[in-house]
Amino acid sequence: MSAFKVRVQEENFNCEEETKSLSANRKDIGAIVSFTGLCRDENQTLAALELEHFPGMAEKQISFYCQQAVERWPLTGLTVIHRFGKIPAGEQIVLVIACSAHRRAAFEAADFLMDFLKTKAPFWKKEHFLDGQTGGWVEAKQEDEEDTKRWQ
Amino acid sequence: MKIRYFAWLRERIGTAEEERDLPENLVTVADLIAWLSRIDEGYAYAFEQPETIRVAINQEHVEITQPLLDAKEIAFFPPMTGG
Repeated sequence: MSAFKVRVQEENFNCEEETKSLSANRKDIGAIVSFTGLCRDENQTLAALELEHFPGMAEKQISFYCQQAVERWPLTGLTVIHRFGKIPAGEQIVLVIACSAHRRAAFEAADFLMDFLKTKAPFWKKEHFLDGQTGGWVEAKQEDEEDTKRWQ
Repeated sequence: MKIRYFAWLRERIGTAEEERDLPENLVTVADLIAWLSRIDEGYAYAFEQPETIRVAINQEHVEITQPLLDAKEIAFFPPMTGG
């Protein structure tokens, strides 16, 4: 397959609906791996993350890595959705769904895409706290950069 | 040239985008950063650690050593934190 679906949007998404739209009327899919990234609050202090993005480049970068994924693994379906704007703690931020005839390709493609979404897609997170204060910009993690080297 | 700034670069400089005529002696992205840094304190603060800045020309990632050539749009931003 060569087609994939990329959406960069403010509104929420529904993993079940997106999965159904990939698998409806298909009999060649043997494995579906979906990853959903959530806005996490570990210390009960975070109200929301504000996601700034570079419109246009965000879609292009995600599409570039989707293209790499479909060339590398025998995928039979691929959807990536990334949200922007103010996302309250507990809400969904990102969705990757990879379909293949067999599980390994689907697991690996989803893993690959998340590694590159973290480090190459132009999104930046700013913290908003429950007490009304605005925190800093979330700093990029070196280990995320290291993770991308697994795919060389 | 259209110059765009994102995240804390945008906040430190105080604008999301601007149009600037560049002097002809600017050859690479690094030259442009050095030139912008001299505009005022905000720019100097934004670019105080050029090695941490990421750059895109016409929406493609490039290195700081990249020649500007006839780039129409350049964007500066911190390391990305999506996903």
